[in-house]
Amino acid sequence: MEVILAILIGVLYAAGIYMMVRRSLVKLLIGLILLGNGANMLIFLLGRITKGSPPVIPEDARVFAEVYADPIPQALILTAIVISFGLQAFAIILLKQVYIVNASDDLDDLNPIEEEI
Amino acid sequence: MLLAVLSGFLVAASLLFPGRPLKGKGAVLLTLLPAGLFIYFCSLLPQAAAGERLFFHYPWVPAMGVNFDFWLDGLSMVFCLLITGIGTLIFFYASSYLKGHPYLDRFLGYLSMFMSAMLGLVLSDNVISLFVFWELTSITSFFLIGFNNDSEASRKSSMLALAITGGGGFFLMAGLVLMGTVAGSYSVQEMIAGNALMKNHALYGVICFLVCAGAFTKSAQFPFHFWLPGAMKAPTPVSAYLHSATMVKAGVYLLARLTPVLGNHPYWSLTLMITGGFTMVYAAVHSLFRTDLKSILAYSTISALGMLVFLTGVGTGEAFTAMAVFVLVHALYKASLFLVTGVIDHETGIRDVTRLSGLQKVLLPVAVAGVLAALSGGGIPLTFGFIGKDLIYEATMRAGNAGLLTAAALLTNILLLYAGFVAGIKPFTGRLSEAFQDVHLPPLSMWLPPLLLAVAGVVLGLFPGVLDVPVVGPVVTAMQGTAEGIHLHIWHGFNFTLLLSAVTLVAGVGFYLLRKPTHKAELTIGRLGFISPQRLITGAARGVIRFSDWFTILFQNGYLRVYLQYIVLFLTVLLGIRYLGEGRPEISVSQFSEITVYEGVVSGVILLAILVTILTSSRLTAIASLSVVGYCICLLFVFYSAPDLAMTQFTIDTLTVVLFVLVLFKLPAFTKISTTAVKVRDMVMAVAFGTLITIIALEVLEEPVNKEISRYYAENAYVLAKGKNVVNVILVDFRGLDTMVEITVLTIAAIGVFSLLKLKINPAEKE
Repeated sequence: MEVILAILIGVLYAAGIYMMVRRSLVKLLIGLILLGNGANMLIFLLGRITKGSPPVIPEDARVFAEVYADPIPQALILTAIVISFGLQAFAIILLKQVYIVNASDDLDDLNPIEEEI
Repeated sequence: MLLAVLSGFLVAASLLFPGRPLKGKGAVLLTLLPAGLFIYFCSLLPQAAAGERLFFHYPWVPAMGVNFDFWLDGLSMVFCLLITGIGTLIFFYASSYLKGHPYLDRFLGYLSMFMSAMLGLVLSDNVISLFVFWELTSITSFFLIGFNNDSEASRKSSMLALAITGGGGFFLMAGLVLMGTVAGSYSVQEMIAGNALMKNHALYGVICFLVCAGAFTKSAQFPFHFWLPGAMKAPTPVSAYLHSATMVKAGVYLLARLTPVLGNHPYWSLTLMITGGFTMVYAAVHSLFRTDLKSILAYSTISALGMLVFLTGVGTGEAFTAMAVFVLVHALYKASLFLVTGVIDHETGIRDVTRLSGLQKVLLPVAVAGVLAALSGGGIPLTFGFIGKDLIYEATMRAGNAGLLTAAALLTNILLLYAGFVAGIKPFTGRLSEAFQDVHLPPLSMWLPPLLLAVAGVVLGLFPGVLDVPVVGPVVTAMQGTAEGIHLHIWHGFNFTLLLSAVTLVAGVGFYLLRKPTHKAELTIGRLGFISPQRLITGAARGVIRFSDWFTILFQNGYLRVYLQYIVLFLTVLLGIRYLGEGRPEISVSQFSEITVYEGVVSGVILLAILVTILTSSRLTAIASLSVVGYCICLLFVFYSAPDLAMTQFTIDTLTVVLFVLVLFKLPAFTKISTTAVKVRDMVMAVAFGTLITIIALEVLEEPVNKEISRYYAENAYVLAKGKNVVNVILVDFRGLDTMVEITVLTIAAIGVFSLLKLKINPAEKE
């Protein structure tokens, strides 16, 4: 399964990069989200995947008795998801305002007219 | 001693405060600074002359061998006296010359900083601190040359001066660091002790080249001489100070200082003799074609500098004596001539020598100063210049290849005499024209300094013996170790040297009487401008600017996607080369877990959803399929024992979609902007990058994993933090502070979102 996950991550990265180099603002944002998902999955995969044993200590025990999933990547990814949501929310609203002001989705239209350096 | 060196900086800093009073009468008070320093150095003169070791050690960065070590020997003493002595007169003069100038305080501040930097430069024993002061002189002189900052020509000249001297500084730094590495110490004294090591070292040639490049740029040697005439845009006191006694002599000082370390080697001698010799003749010839008083003086200064470098290169005891005397001669008469020019310029507003005449009727003391200085500069008997000239001829005649060297010196001296006479005598002779009838004598502070300097030139000529032991001898000692038989005389008897002096005099004076400077000649030489070094070097500089323009636009063009492409391409190529170079990474699939049906289905759905997201032309579809990707990842988290992640991902994904849909109809529809070719290109790049990520991920999975930290958290989650969900415990307890900062970030984002939503921008007002 790890191979498929690795390929999936590769596809997420490729799709993210591809969308980010489009000229459309919305696509840029979508690309960013895809890339973020890819990065989360990458961290998750590299922490090794374990099935059916969440890092929660059983009711009647003080420590783990058997194998458990690595909690650190999960804590990292949780933080990453939340932070990227902050970014996305801000970006979506910003995008809306930019579009209202500029009436264009094309990033190139946002560049100021070339000035003499 | 440290205080003496740094006093200029302290005074300059303190000038920030009193401000106004200093711009008026108070300015003259600043003369006390150089005057005090001059007296201080004079008081040390007997000790230095007696050969006492005057060494002052102040640690700076001792661990790296960098210290403020000041070493006052004969050589530095001469320069210190010149810097502070002439400095005193310059300060005195400038306070009148720039009277009422709105930035007089600023000017005096620059000037005192410059003086301090020069003192530090000539006193430093440690080559690193020497270099620091060297650069400080470049920087402060930049401000002095560009002092009239409302004139474009002035700004350009100061930039040029800084570019040339600063560029030379790079070479010098490299040279000094190499020397320090070879000698194992940054102290000049220790380098002198180990000079045999230096001369036999494989890097000697490189060091020689680098040091010479630094010194030649500073001392305006061919082909770097052109910044000096340009620097004449500075107020005249600056020209007088920088070009007679200080800035440009720094290069000469450096060469003299390092002569015991690097000298007495064919590379060194030949480089100095050829460059110096060529410069002195070249610049002396050039001075013939100038009509502006300051330009004439500028070229004759370059020529004199060439002479000094040349004498240093000749490297005999006579040459060192001649050099020591000529430094003094030149400083005295050139400073005097510059100051005289300043008075003429200040009173008449004219510097064109073809239009000036008869000024002795209105500016008598200045005329006396000008004539005396010109006589000394020309080497007329009974002046100090005569002694200097004699010594130069003696030095060239006793060196190898005497004929050629003497001829070059003779030609230079004749032309220098001519230039000095044109600048110092011509404006004061002849008929006073109508326009200058009401010119009147400036205040004492402006005519006394040049007069003092000129008279000093004559007095020292009459009594040269006073300089033998205290000044000239120690300089020669500093340069070659001993100073046997150094005696300065007015009269050397009837010999060949005297004949040469006579030839110089007759030819020079005759030339002066027969030839008049004209604009025509200036225009003629101007036509050769296209092959001048200035043109070539500024052309090269423009090339560099164009290149950097092109380079900047290539990489910093303001298109986000281009930046991204560069980053991704660079990474892909770098890693790609590594994989191609090392062959395929070994990946063993056997130890991976099996693929179950539901995992396969979810993965397939994700792939499909990604494809739809990319390829769709509808915004709604794109966002919907994006959320499908998110929810499927959520499922994957569930499969692989991450319930917390699954919940978070689910919430966040839902929120994102809701937000997107909320503003969806305010968002632009996808339009087809890119051409297919561009899309294919980007796709290739993206796929290559994705493939690399996959390979890296698989490779990392091969490596053993260290679970020590995870184990710590797992074992202590309940024991220490009384929580059973380890992920939660990590977030809110072990790393609680991080989470708090994260919440702060989210809050800021929320405030941003809220205020953006409230913001109403009228498109018409967007400009």
